[in-house]
Amino acid sequence: MASFRFTVDGRPVSVNAQPEMPLLYALRDNLGLRNPHFGCGLAQCGACTVHVNGEPTRSCVLPISAIAGKKVTTIAGLGTPQKPHPLQAAYVAEGVPQCGYCINGWVMTAAAALKKNPKASDAELRDALAGLKCRCGTHVAIMRAIKRAQTELA
Amino acid sequence: MDRREFFKTSGALVVSFSLPAAQALAAAPGKPALVADELDSWIAVLPDGRVNAFFGKMDMGQGLDVAVAQIVAEELDVGFDKVAVLMGDTATSCNQGGASGSTGTSNGARLLRKAAAEARRVLVERAAQKLGTPAAQLRVEDGTVSSAGGKTTYAELVGGRYFHHRVEWNQKVGNPMDIQVPAKPKAPAEYKVVGKPVPRRDVAWKVYGTGEYVTDVRVPGMLHARVIRPPRAACSVRGVDEASVKGIPGVRIVREKDFVAVVAPREWNAVRAARQLKVDWHFEANAFPAMDKLHEHIRQAKVVKREEQLKHGDVEAALKTPGVRVMEAQYEWPFQSHASMGPACAIADVKAGSCTVWTGSQKPHFTRDGVAKLLGLPPEKVRGIWVPGPGSYGRNDAGDAALDAAFISRAVGKPVRVQGMRADGTAWDPKAPASVHRGRAALDASGKVVAYDFMSKGFSRQHIATNESDPADSLLGQALGMTPKGHQIFGSPEESYGFENKRLAWETIAPLVDGCSPLRTSHMRDPVGPEIHFASEQFIDELAHAAGEDPVAFRLRYLTNPRHAAVVKAAAEKAGWSSLGKGRGIAFAERNGTAVAVVAEVEVDRASGRIFAKRFTVAHDCGLIINPLTLRQTIEGNVVQGLSRTLFEEVRFERDSVESVDWASYPILEMQDAPEAIEIVLIDHPEIAPSGAGEPTMRVIPAAVANAFFSATGVRLRRAPLSPERVKAALARA
Repeated sequence: MASFRFTVDGRPVSVNAQPEMPLLYALRDNLGLRNPHFGCGLAQCGACTVHVNGEPTRSCVLPISAIAGKKVTTIAGLGTPQKPHPLQAAYVAEGVPQCGYCINGWVMTAAAALKKNPKASDAELRDALAGLKCRCGTHVAIMRAIKRAQTELA
Repeated sequence: MDRREFFKTSGALVVSFSLPAAQALAAAPGKPALVADELDSWIAVLPDGRVNAFFGKMDMGQGLDVAVAQIVAEELDVGFDKVAVLMGDTATSCNQGGASGSTGTSNGARLLRKAAAEARRVLVERAAQKLGTPAAQLRVEDGTVSSAGGKTTYAELVGGRYFHHRVEWNQKVGNPMDIQVPAKPKAPAEYKVVGKPVPRRDVAWKVYGTGEYVTDVRVPGMLHARVIRPPRAACSVRGVDEASVKGIPGVRIVREKDFVAVVAPREWNAVRAARQLKVDWHFEANAFPAMDKLHEHIRQAKVVKREEQLKHGDVEAALKTPGVRVMEAQYEWPFQSHASMGPACAIADVKAGSCTVWTGSQKPHFTRDGVAKLLGLPPEKVRGIWVPGPGSYGRNDAGDAALDAAFISRAVGKPVRVQGMRADGTAWDPKAPASVHRGRAALDASGKVVAYDFMSKGFSRQHIATNESDPADSLLGQALGMTPKGHQIFGSPEESYGFENKRLAWETIAPLVDGCSPLRTSHMRDPVGPEIHFASEQFIDELAHAAGEDPVAFRLRYLTNPRHAAVVKAAAEKAGWSSLGKGRGIAFAERNGTAVAVVAEVEVDRASGRIFAKRFTVAHDCGLIINPLTLRQTIEGNVVQGLSRTLFEEVRFERDSVESVDWASYPILEMQDAPEAIEIVLIDHPEIAPSGAGEPTMRVIPAAVANAFFSATGVRLRRAPLSPERVKAALARA
């Protein structure tokens, strides 16, 4: 057991855990957050995605020892109903999620992709979103929302 | 900073979904029993005039609750925003069957519509007495009842109190539950809220991460559990090596017969223990056929049950008519997994003589019944609470998790949270059945179809019941030695092709394994719909080509139901069918009253074998449309999930075990393969009762894509999924 300090959504936290414990369990079990979600534990779906120092990261496989001193942002820290990230606003406007369990992967990955390349083409966006899963099949709505957010950001 | 401090400073407080006012009302004295023949079981008016509708089905993210709120607001004459729909808590709702068979609106909301109309009738009558004005002279606007001489409100009349008013219940439980009331619901021409594109209510909390999924439910003192599923089919436990998890803090092992689980106060420690625990499994070798012999096995297997769902004329004789051209083709569908985004989760708190279980199961009333049976408690001592979870799409792994949680909670005497690992959701969920389908037809010299014979043969769609009300239908029950009763059922194409000699039949075969099996079969979204119509709607296409006729014109020539013909025409017209080049395909089907046709436009990359379905055009007729916005979103989800099942999904297995255990071994559609556009034509029939949209579009996607592939390449793909390897092989053979 060791103590690891980092920030979550702008607040400093400290978690006592085994160094190999994935960040996801620190966020959900030690810190009691409801996001992100456990989907596969294998970095194959994206449901656990958070930003670590701004980079989309699969928290289900990232050992907590790799997180010390870093900034973790969850979907709840990306924006709020009062101050939404443009993607979140677009998601609401388009009514994108169905079950919504996959949402962290899509929103956190797309937010980072738009930051790097606000004018990304459809093909570039599809590439950037490779590897993410959505079982309800909301893909077409997801693309609509991202394009809506691109218009907002332009 | 510990967890409590984190919450204090971050403001990330746990939000409860229960409405305080609703709870206050539930606790008010004189509450009638929660039975279907009490109006109070369906509708409550709160002291401030807001309305609660108690719904015994679940919205799984397609906006069903919004449709119910629209209907209740409409019939009661209150504002839409005043109506809350409380779903899936067995303490506040009757068993309307949960999410099941796209019946949320057709059956579920039908009942609420009558209840709301009756509540309005009763309230207007009471207002008439209070105001001394005949009911016929009163008008209602947003919960205010007024006449020329005075007014009162629903809140004044009954707010915070009970109706104590009986309605006539048909004594049925589940989907068929219904009531009869003296009130006459409104005619569609009067609708102001029904039919409007009202947005969903569950979007914002999902987007901002501020709500609660079943995975987020936490009960003080709860332990985390992981169930150790067998590595192979038909396993039994010979021994468990407790020393193998020694040193992991707080770990306990729960074992009963062939059921093994670990619990720990910290979730990560439960996961570690589950990985580390050594179990000595005994198994029967070669429980399954070789995977490449699966469909041969189905063809050869003894028929357990056969049903002819339609028989016109004499098919066999017509097939032998001299001079006819006989066509025959066989099609194959694999086992498929629900593969929900997250493996199932449930939390159970068993106390002396009672239990509460939080579940993502789409049928929490049946979960309650199953838990009660498992624990030997009367059902009223068990409370099932549905909390949104990963989408379920039928009888997935959620029901298993709920029974597991209850069993483990009783064993350890503490509240227990169970969540599966990925393989529990992909390898061990009940599967959509694999099947073979044979079409035979005879065309006369003019190209007219004079005989049509379609037969499906496969595993039953209900080897495992479609809900968990009997523990024998769960993995836990089977590990404890119970055997599922099983029910033999498949299905036939739903269409109205008016061939003069016609037979539609199905046959089922025995499950591969009697005991615990990762290839047990049950309902998956649109049970056997994609299987059957992948075959039947391709075969119709093959007949059209044999007759030298356009596939749209051919369908229109034979369809006898005008609503069927209308969707085919509408889809073709909207897609610009006649001007489309190669790579276009159409398919059509009905599902319990809903007619749907789709045109698919595909491009084939011959080098990689990938099929890109670029554009779909759907025409959809489900009778009266309650909410065109949520209906469109529901159809879109069906198209994409249907495309995923068509192109990618196949449960892989070895002789003893399922090899599809995660997203790498059970790939589904990703963004690169998603369509660029889905055009939707909604056909509204206000005069026809709504018939459901949660599943119908699913069944037409596979054949539309396969027919489009044929149009693009001249090659038929008669085995699903239409994976790159299969495409390349088929093109190489051509």
